[in-house]
Amino acid sequence: MRHMHSRWGSQISFLSLALVLVALPFVMQNDFHFDIATQIAIIAATVVGLNLLVGFAGQVSLGHAAFFAIGAYSSAILTSRYGFTPLPAMLAGAVGVAVLALILGKPILRLKGHYLSMATLGLGIIIAIIINNEGWLTGGPDGIPVPPLSVFGMELSIFEQYEIAGYTLSGTLLWYILAAGLLLVAVWIAQNLIDSPIGRALRAVHGSEVAARVVGVDTTRYKALVFVISAVYASVMGSFFAHYSGFITPQIASFQHSIELITMVVLGGMASTYGVILGAALLLLLPQLLTDFQDYEMMMFGLILMLTMIFMPKGLLPTFQQILRRALRRSPKTDP
Amino acid sequence: MIEVCDLDKSFGGLHAVDQLSFCVEAGQIYAVIGPNGAGKTTLFNLMTGLYIPDSGQILLEGENIVGLPPEQLAQKGLCRTFQNLQICMNMTALENVMLGRHRHLQAGFLPSLLRLPSLRRSERACRERAAALMDFVGCGNYLRTEASAMPYGALKRLEIARALASEPKVILLDEPAAGLNGAETAALEQLIADIAAQGVTVVLVEHDMKLVMSISQRLLVLDYGRKLAEGNPDEIRKNPDVIAAYLGA
Repeated sequence: MRHMHSRWGSQISFLSLALVLVALPFVMQNDFHFDIATQIAIIAATVVGLNLLVGFAGQVSLGHAAFFAIGAYSSAILTSRYGFTPLPAMLAGAVGVAVLALILGKPILRLKGHYLSMATLGLGIIIAIIINNEGWLTGGPDGIPVPPLSVFGMELSIFEQYEIAGYTLSGTLLWYILAAGLLLVAVWIAQNLIDSPIGRALRAVHGSEVAARVVGVDTTRYKALVFVISAVYASVMGSFFAHYSGFITPQIASFQHSIELITMVVLGGMASTYGVILGAALLLLLPQLLTDFQDYEMMMFGLILMLTMIFMPKGLLPTFQQILRRALRRSPKTDP
Repeated sequence: MIEVCDLDKSFGGLHAVDQLSFCVEAGQIYAVIGPNGAGKTTLFNLMTGLYIPDSGQILLEGENIVGLPPEQLAQKGLCRTFQNLQICMNMTALENVMLGRHRHLQAGFLPSLLRLPSLRRSERACRERAAALMDFVGCGNYLRTEASAMPYGALKRLEIARALASEPKVILLDEPAAGLNGAETAALEQLIADIAAQGVTVVLVEHDMKLVMSISQRLLVLDYGRKLAEGNPDEIRKNPDVIAAYLGA
């Protein structure tokens, strides 16, 4: 991970990600592929935010789907019922989530380890119950339609074709470009944060909280801060997800969704921004490849989580980097 | 510099620190010694805000600091190292020392998110400062090393560099020589002298008598949480109570 943290390495990684995102439309053949890629980008951006909390600061949240859902439902409800345009609705959702995370984070983040996991789990379940039961507002278990995303009167729908500078571009392609752009921004901000004094303080909370405190880091404040940041990440991506899919159900607030998000972090690699993107991509692709096993999806996530913990506690990408580094070191006799 | 008055701390029935009073002058190297379980580390934890005393006062430059958390004590210029190393193993050695400069960095939230030029400049200065400190404590050749890959002796010095990075007025070293070999201990002795020469008050808990006797100006001997003796090395060496406590006679 040392190489990831040097500015050089992180710039190369960022460029590689951008290149992959630019290259993908040339290999993807149909709308289905674009749909999956767009979903992966949105969820990956969510997980990059979650990783700041879980991977870097070491505070496990098992209820992150709640924040994703609040963002999604804020966008859905405010635009369809209260006449908001999408961007202000998204902003309102994000501010609401930030305030909620700040209020709840103070007491919750005093807890450590399993207790923190249980508290965030409870939070997630409560939000899921509210969304399920308050049908007059949320549509209940049946879900709620979401108007398409529109910016300054320009609507972006996956079912439309758009004329831009003489080219005809499909709505699916434009949505993919938007989602890829969002992912890049999410990664850029996350990496900036990690490389700043704030990020150092956050990683120190994970490494040795008492060491951070004796050099003047107010760890309580930083834990609350990263909790809010990761919640806002989830909220904003939830909003985009809602507009993208056009219809949302309480499923997005479910415990299962929270587990999926955390599995992506653990599988891809805690504290590895690019690792968790890989984790998100794999876990969203897997159900597509194994459609026959759909009934066992939850079991599969559990199994993957367990196997990763046992055999690759650092996660896919960091483990792979480690192997690569060792191989490079072994072949030519260079200095360590 | 530091004045401890009637400090008291019990854990259940164990009186770990018992009506303890002493005074550390500015610029002094002040050592706290005593048999295992005498309450030395408890005393350090009380002085650095990790424990709250049952009663008594701790004055830092005349101000009562009892009840202040460690992060606020750091802001007031009090920093420490730990007997059982507290190093962030998920960071490089240099980042650990940079962490020490935390209270001197006024990086705003937005400059950090957007990596504005102001942040880059302050980070570069911070990195240079931290690297210089690593040289100063003698781990200059571990700059880019992951902390988890460093040998024990270097980690002990790294922790001192991190504490120094916060530019403390008082540094508390909890058994800095524990686990070090003879050569390393000699280097440490020189390092502590260098730190004191910069005007930093040093308070240390240490078992290595040779080190303590040669370096400290004043010693406090604890036994069962109480002050057994206090004085300069010569006085302590000749004190019958101290000899009794150490030899069990």
